[in-house]
Amino acid sequence: MKNDLYNYILGIADNSLILGQRLGELCGHGPNLETDIALTNISLDLLGQTRSYFQYAATLVEGEKTEDDIAFMRTERDYKNVLLVEQPNTHFGFVIMRQFLFDVYHLQFMKKLQQSKDETLVAIANKGIKEVSYHERFSSDWVIRLGDGTDESREKMQEAVNGLWRYTNELFQLTEADKAMVSEGIAVDVSTLKDEYYAKVSEVLKEATLTIPDDNYFQKGGKEGIHTEHMGYLLADMQYMQRSYPNMKW
Amino acid sequence: MHLETTHIDPSLLPILETVSDPEIPVLSVLDLGVIREAFEEDGVVKIKLTPTYSGCPAMDVIGDDLRTAFAAIGKKAVVQLVLAPAWTTDWISEAGKQKMEEYGIAAPLSETADKDALLGNAKVVRCTNCGSQNTHLVSQFGSTACKALFKCDDCQEPFDYFKCLK
Ligand SMILES: [Zn+2]
Repeated sequence: MKNDLYNYILGIADNSLILGQRLGELCGHGPNLETDIALTNISLDLLGQTRSYFQYAATLVEGEKTEDDIAFMRTERDYKNVLLVEQPNTHFGFVIMRQFLFDVYHLQFMKKLQQSKDETLVAIANKGIKEVSYHERFSSDWVIRLGDGTDESREKMQEAVNGLWRYTNELFQLTEADKAMVSEGIAVDVSTLKDEYYAKVSEVLKEATLTIPDDNYFQKGGKEGIHTEHMGYLLADMQYMQRSYPNMKW
Repeated sequence: MHLETTHIDPSLLPILETVSDPEIPVLSVLDLGVIREAFEEDGVVKIKLTPTYSGCPAMDVIGDDLRTAFAAIGKKAVVQLVLAPAWTTDWISEAGKQKMEEYGIAAPLSETADKDALLGNAKVVRCTNCGSQNTHLVSQFGSTACKALFKCDDCQEPFDYFKCLK
């Protein structure tokens, strides 16, 4: 039970950690000052949530690991984030589309996590949902603005959604830890979020005048620790300081 | 949810008042409503602090400042971060909102007015420079996660608006 809960928490937290890291990479590289600040603020919210999850996870393995160990000292196979969030930053439209596809899921997920039987997870969700609502509003607005924008921005947004679509289905896949925790009333049964997710995403894409991909090929593996080639580079960057100068605190 | 109970020993108020938010130095931690508990037990000051936003970097600084402030009068303070109940902008005191406005940050509006303002449905955020309501949203995220950036269309000054959080 304790082990399943630990793995379950890491699974949730890793999505926020890795997306937060990706957004952090953009600090000083946003297309203008306002969006640069917005993206790093979102990153900070996600890392804040991650810390709350890891602090909780650390109490379950008391004495063995600190929140910093959990964040920085695992190997690639031990990170359980979905493939969507590790996809590298290319152009701004791509960053926004990745964010949007995650935010819609994240908001639904947080709403359900508020009903968990686990008090600490409920507290994190109650706090985080307010932040995630802002994220979703921000990324949806940008998807619409760029999709329903110039020919070039529209083309780039269409290319982004076509490229990222294959990673969306993994969000609704249940892991072993998920299943164990669902039966305890602790975990969110993410498989039930699917219809609402695609309905919401489609609604925004339609408003953005974008075509909804009808691809039936979906890639998964992140939740089992099998990542895309980009993950190793991301971790090398993220873990460098902690591995070179051990025992630092974030 | 308006009046969540706090448990603060009145004798500690003078010290708590000296600790301010590093991002908005005119606001004390009491104005901000982030101190949920503060009392002395077995010679130790025990403080429960709640973060405004999950990743707010000011929280670590506030924790350090609280310990330092009590150390200066020879007391040890233990600061614990608590997440529940989640902080809301309703916990900012009236005096705090006033000080915030004078400092140049528009204070949070009600939940519905806030939504209208951030979605651009109504011009309800008052410019802190000239008082005009003829203002528009520039960005949902300002200099920190808790603020949005606005611009006044009368005096042309940009200013921060502290977003409503409930
Ligand atoms: Zn003005």
